Amino acid sequence: MSHASRFLVLLLLLLAACGPAGKHDPHAVDTTVEARKALSAPHPDSVVQRITAAPASGATIPAGADRGDKPGDWTLPGRDYANTRYSALDGINVANVKDLKIITAMSTGSLNGNEGQPLVVGNTMYVVTPFPNILEAIDLAVPGGALKWSYAPNPSRRAIGIACCDVVNRGASYAAGRIVYNTLDAQTVAVDAATGREAWKTRVGDINTGETFTMAPLVVGNKVYVGNAGGELGVRGYLAALDLATGKVLWKAYSTGPDADVRIGPDFHPFYAKDRGPDLGTSTWGGDQWKLGGGTVWGWISYDPELNLIYYSTGNPGVWNPDLRPGDNKWSITLFARDPETGNARWAYQFVPHDAWDYDEIMENVLVDMPVDGRMRQLLIHPGRTGFVYTFDRGSGELLAAGTFQPVNWATGVDLATGEHAIDPAKRTHTGVITENICPSSTGAKDQQPSAFSPRTGLLYIPAHNVCMNYEGTEANYIAGTPYLGASVKMFPGPGGYRGELVAWDPLKAEKVCGVKEDLPLWSGVLVTAGDVVFYGTMDGWFKAIDARTCMELWKIRLSSGIVGNPIAYTGPDGREYIAVYAGIGGWMGAVAFPDVSTDDPYTALGVAGAVPDLKQKTTPGGVLYVFSR
Amino acid sequence: MSFPADRGSWRPAAVAAALLLWCGAHYSPAQALRVCADPNNLPFSNRAGQGFENHIAELMAHDLGVPLRYTWWPQRRGFVRRTLVDGQCDVVLGLPAGYPGVALTPPYYRSSWVFVTRRDRNLHLHSFDDPRLRHLTIGLHAIGAGYASTPPAVELARRGIVGRIVGYSIYGNYSSPDPPADLLRGVARGEVDVAIAWGPLAGFFASRNAGVPLALDAIAVDSGSDTQALTYDIAAATRAGDTATRAILEGELRRRRPEIRRLLRDYGVPLEGMDVAPGEQP
Repeated sequence: MSHASRFLVLLLLLLAACGPAGKHDPHAVDTTVEARKALSAPHPDSVVQRITAAPASGATIPAGADRGDKPGDWTLPGRDYANTRYSALDGINVANVKDLKIITAMSTGSLNGNEGQPLVVGNTMYVVTPFPNILEAIDLAVPGGALKWSYAPNPSRRAIGIACCDVVNRGASYAAGRIVYNTLDAQTVAVDAATGREAWKTRVGDINTGETFTMAPLVVGNKVYVGNAGGELGVRGYLAALDLATGKVLWKAYSTGPDADVRIGPDFHPFYAKDRGPDLGTSTWGGDQWKLGGGTVWGWISYDPELNLIYYSTGNPGVWNPDLRPGDNKWSITLFARDPETGNARWAYQFVPHDAWDYDEIMENVLVDMPVDGRMRQLLIHPGRTGFVYTFDRGSGELLAAGTFQPVNWATGVDLATGEHAIDPAKRTHTGVITENICPSSTGAKDQQPSAFSPRTGLLYIPAHNVCMNYEGTEANYIAGTPYLGASVKMFPGPGGYRGELVAWDPLKAEKVCGVKEDLPLWSGVLVTAGDVVFYGTMDGWFKAIDARTCMELWKIRLSSGIVGNPIAYTGPDGREYIAVYAGIGGWMGAVAFPDVSTDDPYTALGVAGAVPDLKQKTTPGGVLYVFSR
Repeated sequence: MSFPADRGSWRPAAVAAALLLWCGAHYSPAQALRVCADPNNLPFSNRAGQGFENHIAELMAHDLGVPLRYTWWPQRRGFVRRTLVDGQCDVVLGLPAGYPGVALTPPYYRSSWVFVTRRDRNLHLHSFDDPRLRHLTIGLHAIGAGYASTPPAVELARRGIVGRIVGYSIYGNYSSPDPPADLLRGVARGEVDVAIAWGPLAGFFASRNAGVPLALDAIAVDSGSDTQALTYDIAAATRAGDTATRAILEGELRRRRPEIRRLLRDYGVPLEGMDVAPGEQP
């Protein structure tokens, strides 16, 4: 049976005709009702947005970040170049979100973790599955959706054995009539968005050396930016630029090695002294260890059209335990600002020098403009695996604010003058030494699952984890016929009686405004809309909507499997607003739900089984694309 | 249910019983010895059947009168979960004693990490405490993320001998033959003064493929070193709970012990404690 025919519509039109948009909600706040009476809006969906107070935060999304896309489209992984995951649609809002119904549920045909998000371009939705990375085009003009075509890149099965943490894919970018995405076996493909025909396919990385690609490319102008994964296999991380027209690799900017390889030149001006100096990509490692140095680039890429800079951050240093790689290990766990044309670095900030906790900082960098002390500043917000949210001036790399959004004890703070963390030496791991109760665990206070920023509230909505770990030493393991001492990392729920939280964060005050505590760590991304609704999912399959200002729960529904995908909002051919998200448990932590992953041993799956030993009882695998409407 | 201990010589009845157990296990429809192995990892196994684990599998299949079927999969993280535990095969022929989540036979060989140097260097290293190690370039297999290390890496880190280490990825470039052997090739080519390598790999390449004579030196047990971590017992494995297959494997390893010992020696594997019969503590 072909994949295409397996891509069946499982539930069609549970709500055949959506109810009238202006349907009265007896529980809506009075002001809303009054406002509706007072206004004679041509389209009822826009009423609530109009009566809501004008954006009080003063925050704006950087000019040009939406590429001029229609508000109802979702053409880039994070919707815009700024990675805000903010939709200006307001048809679904705090008053009416309770009326959401499933209108479509389609199998993605995958039992692996369905990370990432679909794209919507006009009347077509594009879905990329986990390995084998099928691209499906769905005609939204047909009620319930209908498959237009599917494209199968046929990646090498050998990539399965190389990928560290499930065989996920985090989605595509649309540009110039093409859908561009990565396959697990380290190739990038461009597919004609109308016909499904392959325009080009480029082998950018080499699975023979341990590289895999799981991230969503970003397209800026005529260039496609992609990065590699596989730091634990001795891969040397890089960002690559490809020609959108031909797929040719134009340059690679490495995360370790001499300045020439890292594309550091005379126009490189890090804000902090700790990040300045020649060839730090080699001199901050023992010997030639930078050659296996990690610093992979498997997260999200942002772009600021005003400053003309791309931003991304790098993964943990590779393969060695910390004692074997003396030094800062640059440029692992580093935020880079680069010239999109040449790849030359403008500034960099290393979050964690000499990482001892696997705090892979590939998290999204959200670009926003906000008033600081009366003047607009160009900001970059990075919610970190470290447990800190960092707010930078994205032009200079100056750290303006930092604070913890989950229990953290590896460091007590960040010195904004030096950019350095105050690290608790008792929490630094060493060979053969038992280190207990490190918070957060290696999975971080969040992982790759992206947050969302609303310019209306000025808040960042972060899907967080509250998991700590013991580093208990070593146990015998075996790879390539060689016995070695595996990590005995045991994770467990952090303090407070919860394991996940949706945190609404003020990036200037560096403090939590409100939050929703969840039983399980959050592994889904977040969507926020101009209807002031925040959407996210839980690993046991609840898809939830909360109020962006109060964090009060507005609506929820139990889906078929745990949610590790990222919700989107779009406008359908009928002009109405829709919400879409993948269900389908998997990914690093979510793999604990797979039948073949044992939870008898708390060290299983790099220790995450200890964090979510109950996941297998709470959800089962199976990828499904859900679409909701009122 | 377990296969009755057979400390004596091979008896047809024992094999018959083994076959009955074999049939009763779950080898339908086509009965075969289903082995999962790395297709590119000499001296252990390769697709051409040139590794000592290939030969052990052939001996077993011959004795059991069933065809030998391989599932090839690189022996990397997730190997056991994706192959043996997933039901792709019933046997993996090399795992360290104590490996979690599987049923292991008693170990059938024991080996150690060793120093490997060019013979013409006359280095004769025997201890991690040898002061010369602080001035030599040392090649090691770099393994894993975060805290995972090879035992010699741990020993060197404990002593602060970290400045002149050259990491060789244990995975190497999988498109070239036997990628873990790059570490030994590095010694032969003079990229490093000394490699500290797992015995079977070191012994095999020192005896066959090096191009220049290499010396293998045992690592003495020093105060402060964890001898458990340098010496490993290696066993065959089947799925947890599959006592029938485990008994068959155990019986075969015992029955073929002389051939297996000869095979290991032919492959240059530095062995320890091999005067003790498998099934006892070696």
